[in-house]
Amino acid sequence: MPVDTIALRRILQSCRTIAVVGLSAEWHRPSYFAAKYMQSHGYRILPVNPRYAGSSVLGMACVARLEDLDEPVDMVDVFRRSEDVGAIADSAIALGAKCLWQQIGVVNREADARARAAGLDSVMDRCVKIEHARVFGGLHWAGVNTGVISARRMG
Amino acid sequence: MSDRKFQPETLAIHAGQIPDAATGARALPIYQTTSFVFDSAEHAASLFNLQTFGNIYSRLSNPTVAALEERVAALEAGRAAVASASGMAAEAMALMTLLQSGDHVVAAGALYGGTVTMLAVSLAKFGIEVTFVDAQRPEAFAAAMRPNTRAVYAETLGNPSLVVLDIAAVAEVAHAHGVPLVVDNTVPSPYLCNPLALGADIVVHSATKYLAGHGTTLGGVMVEGGKFPWDNGKFPGMTEPSAGYHGVKFYETFGDFGFSMRARMETLRVYGASLSPMSAWQILQGVETLPLRMERHCRNALAVAVFLRSHPRVAWVNYPGLADHAQHALVLRQMRQVDGVPGASGLLAFGVKGGVAQGVKFIESARFMSHLVNIGDTRTLISHPASTTHRQLDEAQQLAAGVLPDMVRISVGLEHIDDILWDIDQALSATLD
Repeated sequence: MPVDTIALRRILQSCRTIAVVGLSAEWHRPSYFAAKYMQSHGYRILPVNPRYAGSSVLGMACVARLEDLDEPVDMVDVFRRSEDVGAIADSAIALGAKCLWQQIGVVNREADARARAAGLDSVMDRCVKIEHARVFGGLHWAGVNTGVISARRMG
Repeated sequence: MSDRKFQPETLAIHAGQIPDAATGARALPIYQTTSFVFDSAEHAASLFNLQTFGNIYSRLSNPTVAALEERVAALEAGRAAVASASGMAAEAMALMTLLQSGDHVVAAGALYGGTVTMLAVSLAKFGIEVTFVDAQRPEAFAAAMRPNTRAVYAETLGNPSLVVLDIAAVAEVAHAHGVPLVVDNTVPSPYLCNPLALGADIVVHSATKYLAGHGTTLGGVMVEGGKFPWDNGKFPGMTEPSAGYHGVKFYETFGDFGFSMRARMETLRVYGASLSPMSAWQILQGVETLPLRMERHCRNALAVAVFLRSHPRVAWVNYPGLADHAQHALVLRQMRQVDGVPGASGLLAFGVKGGVAQGVKFIESARFMSHLVNIGDTRTLISHPASTTHRQLDEAQQLAAGVLPDMVRISVGLEHIDDILWDIDQALSATLD
């Protein structure tokens, strides 16, 4: 099932807390780009990466695994290899997340199907930052075809 | 509210421009400013690192220019676009982003003269080789491919040869070799043909022509389709950390608009052929009426072609919109219908009986048809390519580009068709003197 602009807008408006699995602390990595952008747009970013567990990334305490989080999560955003997503999807379902999001290049169809069967929204092979910017007009800046046609100001 | 696929007439007016967030202005404001303030040092750093999207300096991006970029991207059903100071600048931006020293390009022979010079002379200075092939034979493109080929380049409708490119077939050749097809779609404009939908990967436009339509303003646009697999091993510049921009990996970071971002940040930013906001605004005034104008250009051009074909002073007529044109079946497949026939733009070519001298006499006898080298204006324009746009080429190169010595090119304008035919007829009569 393709995820259209309307669905993306609903997902990105309803999910406010995002656990970013595989978030790097290096500024030039895509995961850092995306999480920093989402944080600056008001989302609560929860870093998940064993490499930085116990320290902080983007000013937020980093944990090793999703199970180590001690607060509710709306979205689990995955920057890991496709074959690792199955276990992450199961954790996301167990945590009661509303959305499983696999980043560009991350495609695990079984995990996608399991998440959907459990009632979660599921997005594959897309960047959360790019889609946020596209559906809310921000990518217009870069000459991107946002698909936004409207006679109202962008709020 | 659901997603809707809007028609080109709607996109030509609305895409890329919602009412101004600050003022509510309905028409597009002209942001005539070189620079944009930062909220803080942290904000500045985020902008430069591309972690926050926003404007820094108008050589890189500008809100008025962005409206043109998104509008042309939408009209081409592309992913993203980058505007430039002219059509040649758009071509240069696409090719200089794609290519490096040691690379090879397979290009159609029937190309605009300036493009031939760019490929054969200017890019050759940087160690980039080109092979020109017959644009009507996809197998000729295949035969010219080499291990170091990194782009295939052609025009949808050759200017002024009017050779029609089989976009799907040539795209297949390019993709079989893991390289993108770059197409100049200036002559049909995005209203008559969308090469990206037929398999092309990058489209370039001289916006100076039909997009603007009024002959007042230079501009160019490059559009990316967003489907090319840049990680196939042939384009390390797309997948490896950028030496030209903070080590960013453009494909990994920006995905299906990674090529546009790289063109903007590595090529436009560095070589500086950016479009001015005032020019973008002027071009957009024309884009709003593109579909209406293209219909009339096509209707007038077909009438001119039919008239010329039966004129006793005319040796030959080349207009792909004529039903007996050798490539008409391809035109039928690739171009939008206008009045129930495929629209083939306002551009046509013909030979005046007698040859070069009579061709020149025709041009000098016109009353309101203007002798100049632009195309896609409201005005009817006439020229003699062999002595103007293609004069830098030798005769063999001219023939390869489809330029015959007696060829007269007409860019049929929007004057009343009866007046256009009258001026053509009286100028042809003058060639008898």
